[in-house]
Amino acid sequence: MAEAPPMFEARDLARHFDVSRPFLQRMLAREAKRTLRAVDGISFSIPKGTTLSLVGESGCGKSTVARLSVGLYGPTAGSVHFDGRDLAEARALADQRRRMQMIFQDPYASLNPRWRVADIIAEPIRAFSLVRTRGEQENRVAELLTQVGLSPLDGQKFPHEFSGGQRQRISIARALSSNPEFLVCDEPTSALDVSVQAQILNLMKELQQRLGLTYLFISHNLAVVRQVSDRIGVMYLGRLAELSPAESLFRRPRHPYTRALMEAIPDLDMTGRERIPVGGEVPSPISPPSGCAFHPRCPLANERCKRERPELMPAGDAMVACHAVEEGRDDAMPMPAIARDAA
Amino acid sequence: MSNLAPLLRVKNLRVEFPTRRGTLVALDDVSFDIAPGEVLGVVGESGAGKSMTGAAIIGLLEPPGRIARGEILLDGKRIDNLRYEQMRRIRGKEIGAIFQDPLTTLNPLYTVGRQLVETMTTHLPVGPGEARRRAIEWLELVGIPAAAQRIDSYPHEFSGGMRQRVVIALALCAEPRLIVADEPTTALDVSIQAQVIALLKRLAREKGTAMMLVTHDMGVIAETADRVAVMYAGRIAEIGPVREVVKHANHPYSAGLMASIPPLDRRVERLAQIDGAMPRLSAIPKGCAYNPRCPQVFGKCRELRPDLINAGTTQAACWLYDTEATRG
Amino acid sequence: MAAAVKRFFDSDLWWSFTRSPVTVLSAIVALVCILGALFAPWIAPHNPFDLASLNLIDAFKPPAWEEEGVAEYVLGTDDQGRDVLSAIMYGARVSLIVGISATLFATFVGVSLGLLAGYAGGHVDSVLMRICDVQLTFPSILVALLVDGITRAALPREVHDQIALFVVIFAIGISEWPKFARTVRGSTLVERNKEYVQAARVIGVPSARIMVSHVLPNVVGPVLVVATLNLGLAILSEATLSFLGVGVPPTQPSLGTLIRIGNDFLFSGEWWITIFPGIALIAMVLSVNLLGDWLRDALNPKLR
Repeated sequence: MAEAPPMFEARDLARHFDVSRPFLQRMLAREAKRTLRAVDGISFSIPKGTTLSLVGESGCGKSTVARLSVGLYGPTAGSVHFDGRDLAEARALADQRRRMQMIFQDPYASLNPRWRVADIIAEPIRAFSLVRTRGEQENRVAELLTQVGLSPLDGQKFPHEFSGGQRQRISIARALSSNPEFLVCDEPTSALDVSVQAQILNLMKELQQRLGLTYLFISHNLAVVRQVSDRIGVMYLGRLAELSPAESLFRRPRHPYTRALMEAIPDLDMTGRERIPVGGEVPSPISPPSGCAFHPRCPLANERCKRERPELMPAGDAMVACHAVEEGRDDAMPMPAIARDAA
Repeated sequence: MSNLAPLLRVKNLRVEFPTRRGTLVALDDVSFDIAPGEVLGVVGESGAGKSMTGAAIIGLLEPPGRIARGEILLDGKRIDNLRYEQMRRIRGKEIGAIFQDPLTTLNPLYTVGRQLVETMTTHLPVGPGEARRRAIEWLELVGIPAAAQRIDSYPHEFSGGMRQRVVIALALCAEPRLIVADEPTTALDVSIQAQVIALLKRLAREKGTAMMLVTHDMGVIAETADRVAVMYAGRIAEIGPVREVVKHANHPYSAGLMASIPPLDRRVERLAQIDGAMPRLSAIPKGCAYNPRCPQVFGKCRELRPDLINAGTTQAACWLYDTEATRG
Repeated sequence: MAAAVKRFFDSDLWWSFTRSPVTVLSAIVALVCILGALFAPWIAPHNPFDLASLNLIDAFKPPAWEEEGVAEYVLGTDDQGRDVLSAIMYGARVSLIVGISATLFATFVGVSLGLLAGYAGGHVDSVLMRICDVQLTFPSILVALLVDGITRAALPREVHDQIALFVVIFAIGISEWPKFARTVRGSTLVERNKEYVQAARVIGVPSARIMVSHVLPNVVGPVLVVATLNLGLAILSEATLSFLGVGVPPTQPSLGTLIRIGNDFLFSGEWWITIFPGIALIAMVLSVNLLGDWLRDALNPKLR
């Protein structure tokens, strides 16, 4: 087991975007080039058959990681490896490309409105020539529709005839049609209603068990992430603040940002606790704060945090990028209520 | 709170959309009250009619939608049959509206300060100087740092979370007695969301403002609302005190909805789910609209549509609580 | 096929069509113009280009309802005794052929380049759009005149006369493509970032395939509107060129040519020679434009 390469690995992965104004305007206004560091050096790996989730607020770079990991963007620095191969190399081979698929957030934009559902699902089958005859293709599409809980007859309809949840099932069927092993799921349920979200999450868990899939799961919802993940990475401004086995993240969140995030979630059980908002705003990734990017909002910040950027360091069974945790100063910040209740 | 006379009373509201394939009933027989200082949460899946209820109250139903039956009373006076101009005046002064997207409310060409000052001078007996002083106060109140400097900024100079707070200040500055907030925090990150919710709650408590809070986020409802209305397929399925509805819902739909929320404090192997999907407006089943998905369905549910009946702690539109039906 | 026809008559587009009397009227007028032009050789009362049938005695006959009019020439005759109604039908034929061909040409060029600019982005986009910008600073009639002038100067007279029709089509088409390119580029930029395009990219569908099979079907709506509105404009451009005497050869007179010829007689009292072709031109362009306006509104979900 230990010898097998992980399904997916990111090493010091970074992606910067040029967000300067057009050349002529920039020259006239005498502006410097502006770079948005969407992802700024993150490393993680996902063993086969497991789920790693990335959580964080909007603008933290988690969706960029999703796009980097299937090659929709190329990395600015660092590298991505798919089953031991460099991603660019793997993407050049159809039989490797077939093994990775992506599920998107917006069920209204992820299906071509002019195509019939059967054609949408069959697109990967045709692209990779997975079947020989038209009849085989029809059978496969019918099988996939059944697998995601729809009727084979739905293949003849157009996307607009379905609800958001049903469309997300169609997206999943399309992703599964090339028999992938690695699925990148970019906020797959955040556009759905809760009752539908439960259906989709259950379906995704079922499929993972049945087909042995590996998931990279992107979400902003900690409760959702807790249900599906083996490991969780908390992202803040393009970097990993904490990378931890799922259960220990909720039992003992270490990074001050993780703790603040948990404290800010509304209390559905109505135990009477007030949620404590994280002070301040998420800074702009175009001009991130010096040192640790979280220091302006962090109750534990000191001079070193303003100066020096922390690296991910082992802390218990987790990896944490925080000087306070490293120096053992983190006891000054109380554990969030959720973790206290569990203990 | 319920001993006060209700500020808003919605009675048997029915909204129809005439289309070429017949008339769609988007809201049917919706009734509820909101007392001063009370926050009524309205939840449900998209398409259940929760936003439409809000739009009907503030008189901004999208054509061809129209109120076909029922009454909306603000402080005892009917407002559903007013002319556009009259309604516009009420919308600024008596009812404040907050929408999900702050950009639809703010005018990008005017500074935030000018918009606040104009709103106040139009609806309150204050001069421009006093209005500006109050505008700064409002901006501070909604948590905009350095309000005195930022008052002359344009909407695009604020970040998304800040903009939503400006919208809230704009909705509140004329000191309306009712606020209709449609998904006010959905576009915001959790950390900002908490700030905004805390603000709305405080205002309701301190100023006695009534609020109708439309959202699909049960967490926001749980911590903000006093009472909750659960909507399904254009009707109210259940209405009652927030704790009862969230923790011990009586209607099978509300119970299913609450159970499907992923818990934060533990991992479950399989989330409770409601199978199937909410029916389209054009294909609402006979009897109770929820009957094809309901685990506790029985004969009468497929035949007759239940009205809200007393279900002990809450009111539920469900035949389970009709003593005669269960006996027979 | 039958199912497709049934779907069309059941569609929102057909429904909104039947609900707009102005549009139905425009469609009828346009249809009459098109059918009249198309079947001119079979249904026109005379063949105005058959020199053998012309009789100078019949010249300058006013319309039938005037005192000196004869029933044989409903809309009168011109200086050579040609039946004006028949000349209009044959002329409309030339006008329509040029208008439709020029619009198809402009659509093809504009849509291809617009798709390419929008999908490829970067330098390809910059270069193509700057060309559009430059061309849009000239009135399109000027571009058409320029093209016509160059070909006239470059080619021997006989050769030019032979291909004159194609020169006009090319000249008008080339002056109209930037509108299509801009429309398509705008829609392509929106569609390109939609997740269904990304899903196709994830499985490695080649860019050309994505453009044709995914993006193109989703940008045709606005193209259809621009094309319809442009058809009226192209017919007008052709008429203008012919009126100025640089359009189609006089052996195949279009509506514009007829108006120009008739214009000489306007002040000597033979008004019908120029007015009736003028009315035909207006009816044709107006009905096509009204159809285009309706199409634009019907395809815009915000206005429904």
